[in-house]
Amino acid sequence: MNEDILKRVQANPKFAELVQKRSSLGWLLSIVMLAIYYGFILVLAFSPATLGASLSGGVTTVGIPGGIFIIVSAFVLTGIYVRKANTEFDQLNQQIVEEAKK
Amino acid sequence: MKSWMKSAALGSLCLLPAFAMAAGALEGDVQKQATNWTAIIMFLLFVSGTLYITYWAARRTQSASDFYTGGGGITGFQNGLAIAGDYMSAASFLGISAMVFEKGYDGLIYSMGFLVGWPIILFLVAERLRNLGKFTFADVASYRLQQTPVRTFAATGTLVVVALYLIAQMVGAGKLIQLLFGLNYSTAVILVGVLMVLYVMFGGMLATTWVQIIKAVILLSGASFMAFMVMASVGFSPEVLFQKATEVHAKGLAIMSPGKADPIDSISLGLALMFGTAGLPHILMRFFTVSDAKEARKSVFYATGFIGYFYILTFIIGFGAIVLVLNQPAFMETIVKDGKEVTQLLGGNNMAAIHLSHAVGGDLFYGFISAVAFATILAVVAGLTLSGASAVSHDLYASVIKKGKANEKDEMRVSKLTTLALGVIAIVLGLVFEKQNIAFMVGLAFSIAASANFPVLFLSMFWKGLTTRGAVIGGAIGLISAVVMIVLGPAVWVDVMGHAKGSAPFPYKNPALFSMSLAFFFTWLFSVLDTSKSAEEEKAKFDAQFVRSMTGIGASGASKH
Repeated sequence: MNEDILKRVQANPKFAELVQKRSSLGWLLSIVMLAIYYGFILVLAFSPATLGASLSGGVTTVGIPGGIFIIVSAFVLTGIYVRKANTEFDQLNQQIVEEAKK
Repeated sequence: MKSWMKSAALGSLCLLPAFAMAAGALEGDVQKQATNWTAIIMFLLFVSGTLYITYWAARRTQSASDFYTGGGGITGFQNGLAIAGDYMSAASFLGISAMVFEKGYDGLIYSMGFLVGWPIILFLVAERLRNLGKFTFADVASYRLQQTPVRTFAATGTLVVVALYLIAQMVGAGKLIQLLFGLNYSTAVILVGVLMVLYVMFGGMLATTWVQIIKAVILLSGASFMAFMVMASVGFSPEVLFQKATEVHAKGLAIMSPGKADPIDSISLGLALMFGTAGLPHILMRFFTVSDAKEARKSVFYATGFIGYFYILTFIIGFGAIVLVLNQPAFMETIVKDGKEVTQLLGGNNMAAIHLSHAVGGDLFYGFISAVAFATILAVVAGLTLSGASAVSHDLYASVIKKGKANEKDEMRVSKLTTLALGVIAIVLGLVFEKQNIAFMVGLAFSIAASANFPVLFLSMFWKGLTTRGAVIGGAIGLISAVVMIVLGPAVWVDVMGHAKGSAPFPYKNPALFSMSLAFFFTWLFSVLDTSKSAEEEKAKFDAQFVRSMTGIGASGASKH
């Protein structure tokens, strides 16, 4: 990358916007995922009986839907990010790249 | 003799650390079974199909870029399947369903750990990786650092991880094939070695990816069918499935709750699985096979979906095996262990999914699932070999030895020779380790990936202050401490070396919490203390790297075909 393009990208307010938006969404979703997973691990470590409690009187325990929820949440969170990135971020990025070439 | 072997098989299965069950190879001595012709014919079909693909791919694999990345034209969906395929090894299919079969709910907990790393990879590293790298993750780690030391370190990290993983897969393959096909252990290991060399040497990444995609599709279809049949047998009511399972399982209602686990070990295991995934060289390499950051993102999305779906299936399959296979005379055998008669699953718990396939689909489907299990191993070892070969030819030969001035023909020749050498090494190691307890190896591979590869890769993209000295020293400390802590921990000290239980100098099975922290700390420390002129230059290059990682300007694109 030559100096001019670098300078132009860095000076472009859209670049700051892209970095800010993408990073904050990325970190936010990462923290949500980590909180869900490690929240589960902490319950597992310190109060396993909570997960072993019966869900609604039968043999199915709270832990079963809990586990399925974590698997599904991983998929949903990636879906949210990809959707946002493929539309909003990519558009912004496209504009930055084009403006840098001028 | 026979009963001794069987009791050894059961004994080692019982002693298996849960981690190895989830991640590792298939363990223990196994009995050679009668030759299974249905499975062999199905497997031959798979092999001839994949060899045809290799032939097709070989004609399109001309340049180094073709060899390493399949020309960079794989779509996000295809790559997502291939990534999922890399992840759904025979060990995770048979191992996790066996774990559910044996312990119930705990099996679900382990599979979760493998999944939750993927969203983090997407949110934080996937796009940057694609925008900065070309063929290997070392491209990214050494982007603004000194090529020779950083690439040497990254190639070492890659080769160590690949070797450990390969041994586990080769030994697992040999044992599994003895069980499923009735072939000799050594025949099986040699067969796997020869096929993987053929795929990689001639077909490069293109063939490796398509073998992985085909396998992922047939594995997912087979597992879906099994889970469907299980659910159909209980009128599609999970409650009825669990009810029946708790009635027949020796542990009763306990299979519905988590078992005992040490909190520190659980957290440490979680870290190893999560960040180890982001440091596995053969997985990282897949991000360079797609055309741009957008496709890289999509591949993680699809991969997460397929892997999550697969783990839900293995959970159903494990419970299905409890209901449909456990205590059925046709699938059980009685062996003598420590002087007592013990009744166990024919061939051990790892066979739970295989027996279930027989129970729900008869001989034909049993043959099909056996062939799928073998195909799975082949596809995974091919990916590993390609990644190891790239580390040698692209990082060590072209960048370190030839200082980036190697001509493409020579580089390709080196990569093909390395592939051949890795094949020979894998066969030899597979034969040498036949009788060894290798339960710790995949755990070690994940811990090293999380403690050596990941910190350096992550900091190179996120922290301006990283210098060559910090990366190499910190990464090396991560690698060495992970190895030392595993060796001094219960997985090797007690289970392999045979010291008394509880005597291990390092009390935890999973070192990642400690070794990863050490790696981050020392990488930071030696970077901050590095006041050399080259360190200043490296920091100054961060801005340009950052712009490229964010926008993709200057990123290597798909080659034109």
